[in-house]
Amino acid sequence: MRKLVALVLFCFVSVAHAQLTIEITQGVDNPTRIAVVPMGWSGNEPLPEDISRIVSNNLERSGQFDAVPRTSMLSFPSSEADVFYRDWRVMGTEFLLIGDIQQQAGRYFVTYHLYDILAQRKVISAGKVDGGAAQLRDIAHHISDKVYEKITGIEGAFSTQILYVEAFQNTGTQDNFRLMLSDADGARPRMLLESDEPLLSPTWSPDGRQVAYVSFETTRPAIFVQNLATGEREQVTNFTGLNGAPAFSPDGSALALVLSKDGNPEIYTLDLASRRFTRITNHYAIDTEPSWTSDGKGIVFTSNRGGKPQIYKVTLASGRVERLTFDGEYNARGRVSRDGKTLVMVHQRGGVFHIAAQDLATGTLRILTETNLDESPTIAPNGAMLLYATRFGGKGILAAVSLDAGTKYRLPSKQGDVREPAWSPFF
Amino acid sequence: MITKAMKQGLTLAFVMAFLVGCSSTDTKDSDAEAGANGGVTTGTADSGSLGSADGSEESMEELETIIYFDFDQAVLMPEARALLLAHAEKLRGTDTAVRLEGHADERGSREYNMALGERRANAVRDFLVLQGVSRGNLEVISYGEERPLSLGSGESAWSKNRRVEIDY
Repeated sequence: MRKLVALVLFCFVSVAHAQLTIEITQGVDNPTRIAVVPMGWSGNEPLPEDISRIVSNNLERSGQFDAVPRTSMLSFPSSEADVFYRDWRVMGTEFLLIGDIQQQAGRYFVTYHLYDILAQRKVISAGKVDGGAAQLRDIAHHISDKVYEKITGIEGAFSTQILYVEAFQNTGTQDNFRLMLSDADGARPRMLLESDEPLLSPTWSPDGRQVAYVSFETTRPAIFVQNLATGEREQVTNFTGLNGAPAFSPDGSALALVLSKDGNPEIYTLDLASRRFTRITNHYAIDTEPSWTSDGKGIVFTSNRGGKPQIYKVTLASGRVERLTFDGEYNARGRVSRDGKTLVMVHQRGGVFHIAAQDLATGTLRILTETNLDESPTIAPNGAMLLYATRFGGKGILAAVSLDAGTKYRLPSKQGDVREPAWSPFF
Repeated sequence: MITKAMKQGLTLAFVMAFLVGCSSTDTKDSDAEAGANGGVTTGTADSGSLGSADGSEESMEELETIIYFDFDQAVLMPEARALLLAHAEKLRGTDTAVRLEGHADERGSREYNMALGERRANAVRDFLVLQGVSRGNLEVISYGEERPLSLGSGESAWSKNRRVEIDY
């Protein structure tokens, strides 16, 4: 009984915590109902993280799952012997995740099982993962990835991270800009760089070990590359005019970027080994916001060469430029999905700035967000969701939407104005 | 941050320093110094420049130092031309270094706005150069939408943020 009381109390605290960290605004119509049972733990001290809660939050945030509340569960099985399919079936549960946590020499060993309740069979048998005390969240994200992939067939992206910029700008005080790194759910924020001068356009190297960004710390814009493990950073451009919009090529050997050293914003590539710059575009209009196609053979970019900003694509081998967007008077900052099928962008309609997705085969454009001032879309490495920046309650915040627009959520409210999310690759 | 009052003070300080500077090499040095301080935008240097305006008895017409633009446009509006002619008058034939800071409102994408801010500052630079101001004394920098003058959302804030600041 005492154990149960402790558990209920734990649940209560966790629910309150959960409300701070996640706000789902829309999910799919028929989400899969999953019961994530609090994992068995025989230690004397409560665990610093509630692994089951993190897993269930992750799955719910995808919009594809509906988690059975703990208060509705008839039992908390942590081993196969205590699993009774009938009990879970009557509650409409489709999948059941149970697990057990053991501690050995300061390390946590988790064994988990996933059951398909309708088929009455185990679909993950004795999955194992272990880590130190600081890695309990990583363990939870790992389990979430496995469960998500097993049920949906899509690789889970819960173990990924995001970069973003936090800005503090108030009248009468010094501006403060911070480049931040956090888990994909917004938890465990870490500061990578702080400056009184603007920081913008953070982006990942394809191996997830380096980030590139623009910093005004020299009182002019310059592109820096920073190693995440060592914190070591290097200024890679120092030209008169714009030095902006860095984007690593898919093989990591080059950066696409924008320079206006010749009087006009143009797209260049920088070979990182030879440090050689190659000019890619040549037009008197604005050419900016380069982003590589996933095969590395082309770069999509924003240009107002037609009078208004639209998205174009240049094929690197031939130099041939084609216009991709025709719907609306303002389409900018395109990003192509990894499968090459979808272009996401900032799209203006009726004076309002949304995130939109265009099917590159058919040209059909769909608006994904109904908020205003939406910008900086960044697609998850599994292609299921995208993060973007918007304004909510007078503040800059991050929000997410699935590429089919069926699922939406807002990331936890943070201090300052939060913007320019960049979703990491798989690690 | 440079407050507007400080900026106006700085402008006034420059105008006076310039006038005095025509007849005295001594003041010309402080003139150059004020211009350089304006470039790095440090608060302490600016308050230092403010003091140099004190003690002057001449009343000068204060020149507005902000040029405004329409959304997604880098074309000078008619009222901007009149103001820039007055600035050109002041700058022509001098070696005063001026920084032209281009800005955009928060709408649309950030790097496009960075380019747009540069376009606006270039438009101001090109106009001043056509009026005989030495191109080498005009430095262009764009902050895009990163340094708004007015922090709110809505046209009243946006119209103030689509600008070029002439920083002496």
